Amino acid sequence: MIFDAEVFQITILSLQISALATGLSLFIGLPFGTLLALGKFPGRSFLMSMVNTGMGLPPVVVGLFVAMMLWRSGPLGDLRLIYTPTAIIIAQVIISFPVVTGLTAAALQALDPRLRLQLYGLGASRGQMVWSLWREARLPLLAALMAGFGSVISEVGASMMVGGNIRYQTRVLTTAIVLETGKGHFDTAIALGLLLLTITFLVNWALTWIQQRGARR
Amino acid sequence: MKHLIEIRDLLVKRGQRPALQLDYLTIDKGEVLAIVGPNGAGKSTLLLTLARLLRPEHGEILFNGQQTRSESDTDYRRRIALVMQDPLLFDTSVFDNLASGLHFRGAAKDEIYQRVPFWLERLGVAHLSKRRAGQLSGGEAQRVSLARALVLEPQLLLLDEPFSALDPPTRAGLLDDLGVLLSETETTTVFVTHDLPEAAQVAERMAVISGNRLRQVGKPEDLFASPIDQEVAQFLNHKTFVNIRTII
Repeated sequence: MIFDAEVFQITILSLQISALATGLSLFIGLPFGTLLALGKFPGRSFLMSMVNTGMGLPPVVVGLFVAMMLWRSGPLGDLRLIYTPTAIIIAQVIISFPVVTGLTAAALQALDPRLRLQLYGLGASRGQMVWSLWREARLPLLAALMAGFGSVISEVGASMMVGGNIRYQTRVLTTAIVLETGKGHFDTAIALGLLLLTITFLVNWALTWIQQRGARR
Repeated sequence: MKHLIEIRDLLVKRGQRPALQLDYLTIDKGEVLAIVGPNGAGKSTLLLTLARLLRPEHGEILFNGQQTRSESDTDYRRRIALVMQDPLLFDTSVFDNLASGLHFRGAAKDEIYQRVPFWLERLGVAHLSKRRAGQLSGGEAQRVSLARALVLEPQLLLLDEPFSALDPPTRAGLLDDLGVLLSETETTTVFVTHDLPEAAQVAERMAVISGNRLRQVGKPEDLFASPIDQEVAQFLNHKTFVNIRTII
């Protein structure tokens, strides 16, 4: 495998899948983390423990679970999603959503609790209060986004199990590295590894730049 | 209608314990009412209840003679503004801090650009307009916090010991300015403090709260001259209090 159209396609697919999975994790994790941080309801600390446990979920276990669900004979088999990019996205969302949720809750809990009262005391509605708290915690929230993206772009076990590493369809950078290593093509595997590292660095560099620009202002 | 606020038969609990019991209290339009009392007496509880940040067990608060129970919390709170002990400024510029409450109310850009510079000027912090909130001194931050509340031109201003963390000279300067501003704008104000000279300087009436109950309300000079009982006298540091009933 050389740096050609196939590598380009794998790289784009990896980025698409991880970006979509991170976006969905943020979409679910930000409100859920906010609810855990600010809400008072029965079972809150149990849910918090679940989320914290979820932050360390082994990707292969997630892969196994999603594969069982999406398997042809499984409960969601009729959806015919196994060995598709959608299956990888589902698995990656399950991996990164607890990371985003847990770090969002931690970021909001680190704020002065009186800030909520102050916002209400200036006439903020509930939505405006939450939006303002997100603004106040924007630096750690960006860190949560980076951690969420990091957990999925580098993930291999679940992608392999539910995506199947099918050429031109579900092969992503991490599964391609595993394949090339298995075939003894270490030079190609190293090249793909460097490409993955470069992409990860560039994305995190961009997010860090945004984060630190916010910190300096 | 003389009263802006009328409180009747109020009971507020924090946890299972009563934090404030108040049979009747009125606050006149344009008046500055100081709430004084020892720590834990229920002063801040009253303020937070007036801001609808605590919900009473029972009782009613009339605003301009109208029941407020059916009004949403947000609609109610948009008639008031709260300043807390710490400035709690937002991590943005001084200008944006002042604009925040106006944004919450959906104010037009023109109105924001008219009102914010005016109130920055009134509080003597116009030169800090572009400064980040985190770069301000304690006194500057509290001035900005007051401006952030006053820019809303609230019907009721709630101040919760806003000067307690400041050094004496800064505090004196800010107190002088606040007194002038409140009298010029005729803003109805409830001012919680445990500093009696501070209360006497700014307020037209003082309410003494002790043991989670309202003990006495009146002009500062009347309270100092004739405290209602031993406890109020002790709090007011009234060394010559004589309990007439005991003598009789």
